[in-house]
Amino acid sequence: MPYDVPHTVSPGLWVLAWRRLRTDRVAMISMAIVFAFLVMMVLSASGLIAKDWGVESGVNYAPPSFLGEDLEQPKAAKDTAPARSSAADAPTPLDIKDPLADALAEIRGQSGKSAGSATSGADSDIVDPLADVMAEIRAKGTTATAVAARAATLPFGGDKWGRDVLKKTIKGSETSIFVGLAGALVATFLGTVFGAVAGYYGKWTDDLFNWFYSVFTSMPSLLLILAVAAVLQQKGILTIILILGLTGWTGVFRLIRSEYLKHKGREYVQAADAIGASNARRMFVHIFPNVSHVVLVQLSILTVAFIKFEVILSFLGLGVPVDVVSWGSMLNEAQNELILGKWWQLAAAGTAMALLVTAFSLFTDSLRDALDPKLK
Amino acid sequence: MTMDSLLSVRDLRVNFRLDKATTFAAVKGISFEIPRNATVALVGESGSGKSVTSLSILGLLPRENATVLPGSEIMYGGRNLAGLSQAELQALRGKDISMIFQEPMTSLNPVFTVGFQLIESLRLHLGLGPAAARKRAIEVLSEVGIPDPEFRINAYPSQMSGGQQQRVMIAMAIACEPKLLIADEPTTALDVTIQKQILDLIAELQRKHRMSVLFITHDLAVVGEIADYVVVMRNGEIREQGPAQSVFEDPQDPYTKALLQCRPRLDRRPVRLPVIEDFMDGGAHAMNLNERKRGIAAADPIILEVKGLGKDFYSREGLFGRRKFEAVKDVSFKLPKGKTLGLVGESGSGKTTVGLTLMRLHEASSGQALFEGRDILAMSPREFMAYKRRIQIIFQNPYASLNPRMIVGQILTEPMQIHGIGATAQERTELAFELLHKVGLPEVSFYKYPHEFSGGQRQRIAIARCLTLKPDILICDESVSALDVSVQAQVLNLLQDLQDEYRLSYIFISHDLAVVKYISDEIMVMNEGAIVEIANSDDIYSHPREAYTKRLLSSIPKGWHHGNDG
Repeated sequence: MPYDVPHTVSPGLWVLAWRRLRTDRVAMISMAIVFAFLVMMVLSASGLIAKDWGVESGVNYAPPSFLGEDLEQPKAAKDTAPARSSAADAPTPLDIKDPLADALAEIRGQSGKSAGSATSGADSDIVDPLADVMAEIRAKGTTATAVAARAATLPFGGDKWGRDVLKKTIKGSETSIFVGLAGALVATFLGTVFGAVAGYYGKWTDDLFNWFYSVFTSMPSLLLILAVAAVLQQKGILTIILILGLTGWTGVFRLIRSEYLKHKGREYVQAADAIGASNARRMFVHIFPNVSHVVLVQLSILTVAFIKFEVILSFLGLGVPVDVVSWGSMLNEAQNELILGKWWQLAAAGTAMALLVTAFSLFTDSLRDALDPKLK
Repeated sequence: MTMDSLLSVRDLRVNFRLDKATTFAAVKGISFEIPRNATVALVGESGSGKSVTSLSILGLLPRENATVLPGSEIMYGGRNLAGLSQAELQALRGKDISMIFQEPMTSLNPVFTVGFQLIESLRLHLGLGPAAARKRAIEVLSEVGIPDPEFRINAYPSQMSGGQQQRVMIAMAIACEPKLLIADEPTTALDVTIQKQILDLIAELQRKHRMSVLFITHDLAVVGEIADYVVVMRNGEIREQGPAQSVFEDPQDPYTKALLQCRPRLDRRPVRLPVIEDFMDGGAHAMNLNERKRGIAAADPIILEVKGLGKDFYSREGLFGRRKFEAVKDVSFKLPKGKTLGLVGESGSGKTTVGLTLMRLHEASSGQALFEGRDILAMSPREFMAYKRRIQIIFQNPYASLNPRMIVGQILTEPMQIHGIGATAQERTELAFELLHKVGLPEVSFYKYPHEFSGGQRQRIAIARCLTLKPDILICDESVSALDVSVQAQVLNLLQDLQDEYRLSYIFISHDLAVVKYISDEIMVMNEGAIVEIANSDDIYSHPREAYTKRLLSSIPKGWHHGNDG
């Protein structure tokens, strides 16, 4: 607003919605849970917690503390050497952030400039050669200290390499929630803009967007995601966000389009036309605030859906790269572990996801109720 | 009232729960009787509790937040309806007591034929077989004046006009020969000529079937012709009740007096219309009841001249074809400065389209509109911007024409911002305050949202928004039609004051002939997109030339007509 508004201003939609929301017990509890997850995500992203999730702090498949020590596990714990060799199949998680740089630095430190040709070869095939190199380095340097720190049990159990499942879950939330939120933002943004333009201008513009919409929705969405994933050929968090955003806008588009169709004929929009407001002004200054609650609810619904989608993608191995942990990749690992009776990784990732998704869905429902524009 | 009573309401109290802590008393202990074989009119403005009263008779109040307080009695046939279970009420509804609603379009199910819906209720309540029910259905359809009922019984509601739909609703209501018919604003959504037919039909059916009618309306003039008894409600209380004659001829309560006086009348035109406050302040009658002179003189300077205006709409037909519909055909008129041109016609007459086309909210198909000699319809949008601010429009529905997400301050300063009126934001804010004052709203309104205002106040805000641009021409598109009678008088007075002060020219579009007569200097009657007649407003009422105009005028509810004070 261009002028100073004193405090006597009446409460607007958002304030009223918040007041309604505050009296809703389910909404407040679910919001607290969602908020807790978000805080966890931020803390983990800023490195304040779960920074050392990659440390093999327990024995392999360390059971959760409340179950007590595994009967079969002590042997493996005492005899660490065979366990080490099995762990060597994968990159050592200590250097998970930038394995190539680390490997390069260490390789250069050991064998000098002569290794230049070897590293350029490693570029095209990132994972395996590095893992070998680093496994050797590890075997020489850090085995003694790692063995010393290994615990027989961990609070919520350990994975195949003895990494703390709790920390892994926290770190995994970072990926899963971020991907879900960012993907939903992209999809909602695209859907809203397309829907606004199509609904407001109508005629051939509408036809054009509807044609796009039909093309996108005529394919099963999972297959579409797989296709885009295959075309982009690059695994990474950004890719997933892009995939989800590009395929997920259709629902929002349809809804926002119909809202704009409805609103553009309303008298307040005609009145705006009568006072000389431009098309853009009518679309975004006048109509948009009246449909913004729909957008918000859609954003919320999509976030839930995309968190699940990310999990499915990662579970299928099409999601985040192997050096990044997400709930989906945890569930993927849990697949094999379950045969061995090691259920805790599945339980941790599954519980975290179920809790967040349920809370988020309940919150979305309450949000929709609170925003119900029967403001009379 | 001492008579053989069919239904008597005693000390009815209804509360609505607004939220956990607060309740709202919608009906505060009212008592009245509905005699056998008579029509009782329940009159009141919005919020008076008249509809709540009628719904509580049938037990149709929303159960989640409405409660009929203990001690309330609705006695019918020796039973208290307020204490009956839903199942017992279900047996009464439709059979003993039936109801017709305001909106026939939403009361009929659009996916079933009217015959199916009629037959369904007959079989349910009277237990008739399919053939007998069908026969009876055709009978009642013909009774309510549906032409060719054997054929029309298979029509869907959308294939009928609004008036016919309301006839079907009445047919359904009387099909089981109810003893009491509750009619909740049955004619409010209808054109004046249709309203007259429906009123006549209800009166005729009442006599023929010797049933009682509870007629609920906001408009005293409507009930004057059909009511035997009148109950006037305000804010959940009864202000006055009695035989129609005494209520109309010798009203005791100041509110009843005000209601009778606020509505513009055809035979008189005071400088200002009386408003409720004039009566409620204990008769501080400082009313200026002098006659206002109206009419157009040949010497009046013309501000807008419309020549051969036409507007076509196209609808798709078949794969490639399209059908042309001429909404406005060859309309020409002149609007003098500082005068009001009234535009009357029934729905579908094209009167609103004329207004929207002049605003260029629709593009005209043909014709010219010369504004101070320049054709505004042929201008480029850029050129038109300068003229846009000089022609403004006030819409019908004050609930829809203000953006619910903007505070009044934003609503008022936005047009000034767009057109560069007022150099600074501070200046615009001050102008907005000034205009709020002008339309009679307190300054704190600036910081409020539209939903915090009543309908009349919202219409004032809409008027203030137009005034920010200092227009020369104001198009009022049914601007007072959605308002209560008393509020309508206030807004009409405001419009009148503004015209006196700024020499505004009005194009006043309305279906309400009494209002148009009051406010207009010249009147243009439209039918099916074309001008029927155009003349000075007094002439058109005293000497209508065209048959259509005569028919329109004869449909106006006359109010009480057994020789009263008017």
